[in-house]
Amino acid sequence: MALESGEVEKIAHLARIAIRAEDVSEYRRHLSRILEFVAQMNAVDTHGVDPIAHPLDAVQRLRPDEVTEVDQRERFQAIAPQVDAGLYLVPKVIE
Amino acid sequence: MSDWEVVIGLEIHAQLATRSKIFSGASTAYGAAPNTQACAVDLGLPGVLPVLNAEAVRMAVKFGLAVEAQIAPRSVFARKNYFYPDLPKGYQISQYELPVVAHGHLNIDLEDGGTKRVGITRAHLEEDAGKSLHEDYHGMTGIDLNRAGVPLLEIVSEPDLRSAREAVAYAKKIHALVRYLEICDGNMQEGSFRCDVNVSLRPRGASGYGTRTETKNLNSFRFLERAVLYEVERQREVLESGGRVVQETRLYDSARNETRSMRGKEEAHDYRYFPDPDLLPLEIDAGFVESVRATLPELPDAKRLRFEDQYGLSPYDASVLTATRELADYYEAAAAACGGEGKLAANWVMGELAGALNKAGLDITASPVSAERLAGLLRRIADGTISGKIAKQVFEAMWEGGEEADRVIEARGLRQITDTAAIETIIDRVLADNPTQLEQYRAGKDKLFGFFVGQVMKACQGKANPAQVNELLKRKLAG
Repeated sequence: MALESGEVEKIAHLARIAIRAEDVSEYRRHLSRILEFVAQMNAVDTHGVDPIAHPLDAVQRLRPDEVTEVDQRERFQAIAPQVDAGLYLVPKVIE
Repeated sequence: MSDWEVVIGLEIHAQLATRSKIFSGASTAYGAAPNTQACAVDLGLPGVLPVLNAEAVRMAVKFGLAVEAQIAPRSVFARKNYFYPDLPKGYQISQYELPVVAHGHLNIDLEDGGTKRVGITRAHLEEDAGKSLHEDYHGMTGIDLNRAGVPLLEIVSEPDLRSAREAVAYAKKIHALVRYLEICDGNMQEGSFRCDVNVSLRPRGASGYGTRTETKNLNSFRFLERAVLYEVERQREVLESGGRVVQETRLYDSARNETRSMRGKEEAHDYRYFPDPDLLPLEIDAGFVESVRATLPELPDAKRLRFEDQYGLSPYDASVLTATRELADYYEAAAAACGGEGKLAANWVMGELAGALNKAGLDITASPVSAERLAGLLRRIADGTISGKIAKQVFEAMWEGGEEADRVIEARGLRQITDTAAIETIIDRVLADNPTQLEQYRAGKDKLFGFFVGQVMKACQGKANPAQVNELLKRKLAG
């Protein structure tokens, strides 16, 4: 199961990772090997085996519905690149 | 013009009324200063771990039971990956393959008086995103993450709806239900209840579905209805001019009453869901489900049928009075306190009271006239102390002055005149004062009866018992 160059570019775009054109074939080879590994596992007969969603054999713990956090905006915003009026500022997003 | 069938499915996001967020202990209170309720978990800072809120799970199960759905004994949280600045982690924690609630249904009332069963495919738990503020902040976008991590229940219907009206009826029914269940405040202005609508057309009689569009973030029932109507017309025009509907996400612009394509976002709709390794599977045992079932209130449909039965109300009256739990509670308190005069109480709650509340822009819970006070007035109508007409005056005084009915009646001397002799005296005077009309009436002009009633009521300031006036007047006029 080999990936096309276009698919590598699409995956990179979805992950917002910039890749150089000359590296595409290298990534193609690496990613294709991962898919080959998955294909190998797919070939195993898993009839009668329940799918797992998590490697730990445990269930989710729940917490009571209580407000336990206090406002730490000052501290969080101290490490933000830009803030104003309590808001985090980001480059303009237009829908 | 071809005959098209409209196919509609709804995705409703109901914000669950928990105190804290779905995966963190930050407050969910609305209206706080920006980012004062966004903690390290909500911000997706490195090293944090989400821990699921038990109350959000309980509320989801409560909803599932109310729509007779299956509660998954085991459900899984998944990451839905996309990039947007108000989504700090780069993924939303949601549920994908194994939602907590599946295969439910809800009956809606149709205009022809029938009902329709609408399938509920699933309802799953997820976290809300933050808010982007596009006003100008030095040419940048402002991000408020107070809403990030607020628990949502996304309720997905089957494509069972066939018109804008059915879509609205379904949305309103879900809205009433989540409020009855006290799992969502239903405040649409604040975004606590929002709808996405999927619309497609197909030739009537076809079994497959046409290509659909999804219109997002409709925060009022009117916008939902308009967006569907607009989208149906738009798709019809595309199809009838030989074009093809493009599967896409659209936004409804209420100022222009149109839907617009959100171009460029389509490619990003490759969400690459996978189970969230930070969260273990959620297990819900039968004991927990039964403990939630025990807390279910009487649901709107059951209450409506009981109102018809117990108070002798018409289906229409019963459905109006059970529209919200608060209104139904008010009505029942009033009906009980006035000695079971169910129909009289219904008329007053839906008539004078609803009118006054509407005019003042008040909710039933803020009514200046309590259910007990209203019942005090209804008792005086029922026992003949005052007429229905005088009662309206008394009600006005109670609304303005906050006094009990009996005090208003006594203070203003509004007690109904039921003394036959007293009424007869007034009638005699009216007849003596209007000899011409009396002559005409006796010559066969029956219509004048109303005139005499009016004169008598005027002479006694509306206080005479109307039934007695009619009877005595008839006798006197006969001569």
